[in-house]
Amino acid sequence: MKVKSLAAILLAGSVVLTGCNSSDTAKKDASKTKTEDTTGAKSSAVLQKEVNAYKDFALEQLDKFTIETEKFVKAVKSGDVAKAKEIYPTARMYYERSEPIAERFGDLDPRIDARLADLKAEGQGEEDWTGYHKIEYGLWKENTTKGYEKVADKLLADAKELRARVETVEVTPDLMMTGAVDLLNEVSTSKITGEEEIFSHTDLYDFKANVEGAEKIFTTLEPQIKNKDPKLANDLTEKFKAVNDLLAKYETKDGGYVLYTKLTKEDTKALAEAVNHLGEPLSQMGIIME
Amino acid sequence: MTETNNDEKLLDKKFTRRQMLKMTGAGAAGIAIGASGMGGILKAFGKDVFLDDDHSATNKVNFYGKHQSGIATAVQTNIYFASLNVLVKSKAELQELFKMWTPLAVRMMNGETIGVEYKNGILPPKDTGEAKGLDARNLSITFGVGPSLFEIKELGLSSLKPAELKDLPHFPKDQLEEAYTGGDICIQACADDPQVAFHAVRNLIRAASGKVSLKWSQAGFNSFPIENGKKQTPRNLFAFKDGTENPNSSSESDMNKVVWVQSGDSKPWMTGGTYLVVRRIQLHLETWDRTALKEQENTFGRHRDSGAPLGKKKEFDAMDIERKDENGNYIVPETSHVFLAKKAKARIMRRSYSYSSGIVDATGAYDAGLVFISFQKNPEQFIKIQNHLGRLDKLNEYITHRGSGVFACFPGIKKGSYIGEALFNTL
Repeated sequence: MKVKSLAAILLAGSVVLTGCNSSDTAKKDASKTKTEDTTGAKSSAVLQKEVNAYKDFALEQLDKFTIETEKFVKAVKSGDVAKAKEIYPTARMYYERSEPIAERFGDLDPRIDARLADLKAEGQGEEDWTGYHKIEYGLWKENTTKGYEKVADKLLADAKELRARVETVEVTPDLMMTGAVDLLNEVSTSKITGEEEIFSHTDLYDFKANVEGAEKIFTTLEPQIKNKDPKLANDLTEKFKAVNDLLAKYETKDGGYVLYTKLTKEDTKALAEAVNHLGEPLSQMGIIME
Repeated sequence: MTETNNDEKLLDKKFTRRQMLKMTGAGAAGIAIGASGMGGILKAFGKDVFLDDDHSATNKVNFYGKHQSGIATAVQTNIYFASLNVLVKSKAELQELFKMWTPLAVRMMNGETIGVEYKNGILPPKDTGEAKGLDARNLSITFGVGPSLFEIKELGLSSLKPAELKDLPHFPKDQLEEAYTGGDICIQACADDPQVAFHAVRNLIRAASGKVSLKWSQAGFNSFPIENGKKQTPRNLFAFKDGTENPNSSSESDMNKVVWVQSGDSKPWMTGGTYLVVRRIQLHLETWDRTALKEQENTFGRHRDSGAPLGKKKEFDAMDIERKDENGNYIVPETSHVFLAKKAKARIMRRSYSYSSGIVDATGAYDAGLVFISFQKNPEQFIKIQNHLGRLDKLNEYITHRGSGVFACFPGIKKGSYIGEALFNTL
């Protein structure tokens, strides 16, 4: 989750949707915005093909996120700790990949993805805590699903609401480019420190998904970047490869990743540096708008 | 960075005056334009090729010249010293790196930002911006290369390594930490402002993203008492004056003797350059502060307040270490820092700064001390002095050397050339 001030979250929530909570109203809003989009069609002519491709990607990711969350919730509610632990890191990857879009909803993002530390920073307590990380606490810290059934139900409802409301997001080139850099910033500030998955230590899954999300934005824009600055395009291809190669060292046989706690200081430093070396040229993608 | 790339391409071409006139459309009428005017013309065409020292800038140190800035330059109040490792894999890429840095250093030493900003708000600004509104503040930027650079096989520089460029030997009581030792490249940024010095290093490293990684860095400060309108020797954190015996930096002959590598002294690319030795020396302030004044003065061999040699009145009175009292004892104790250093009969140019970086984890003591920096035409000069201090130096009780580096600093940069060109030209 992206750390935002409480005021910003409230404000964003009320601007996007004036206090409505059910997915029904969300859908209504979605169709409304859609018509506005087609009639409005102002600046969005720029990079329209790329923007559409990216939105399709995000929708597909969030479709899968909803399906996987449903499986996760089922495991939690049937008391299958092992199964829930197995689904947890991979289900979250769909969310992490599409975060530039998913986190547009200042009210939903914390409900799905808040860490206890984020809430405390906002002056809220454990009673306000919902979403994946709350269940993570139950699974890894208490080794149980008992008492988390309601949280699971709420998580699924929120995931479905997110999927519905995402239709309303106006994707712009600006959102894509800022989003790519934000994804890497998230890696630099919370994944590489092991602060995202403080109980499950599955941070490298989130790490990989964030990088994939940024890479998707890059490959979508790549032809445009090649036109404007071929050197930058090459550099980005190279730097993505460097990060991916480094991450591959920590893959496990089942296609997952080792726990964060297995990483040495040298490992995290090397990963952090590779991410920073990617982030700097990634922030130059805006050159295509110059 | 696109603009810089253009600069490089134009720089590479080294086009003639005729071509230049043609290009600028000046024709016959433009004949009178001197070489220095061309940069301005090209600037008007949106190209910064012959970016030059702007002599109209306030508090400005020149970038171009026979020697690099930051060595004979009057000591500033602040330093940000950075040691980098290179990530580039070829000579050509390394050369590119120094070419790319050159116009950025010139601009910052003119008190300008590193580039003209984009109009497009989607891009992060080129310059990080924190030095905006500040003038050049006598910024100097000094570049050097460490022994490890010549050992990177892919770079193919091994045959160009000067014999004297090697890691310093282990000295008695060294407690070097890897986190403050060595490096392939050093950048010494000094300025009369901490933010300007930091900004310089930050922007050079950012522009080199993916090509270098920061190995260690240290900020430092100096303060100069003013007497009769004249800057006095600064004091270190033990309150003693530091740098009294330096060569006269405005005397070329003195500097040639002590600091500047002369033709035939070393590899040809080092002629006009010098060697930088850096030591991160922790001063144990807590123990020092409970040491009697007389003992403090016997430790250094000077009077604390005046800076005068023991038994004398003024800072610049001759040290004359052989002086004895009526009982035949040395007036300047044989174990004092100055006595031992003088005995070494070697000279160096010290350009040190104090540092204060929080506390030492293990002890809770101040992590404060001296970013000792000296320049000499051969690191042997420093080694000789340090070996003489050896185990005997009374100062050892109060200090611990924790970081170390030795770097070959390129000669000065000619207009139209770039940092380290002599090294790459010999390839």
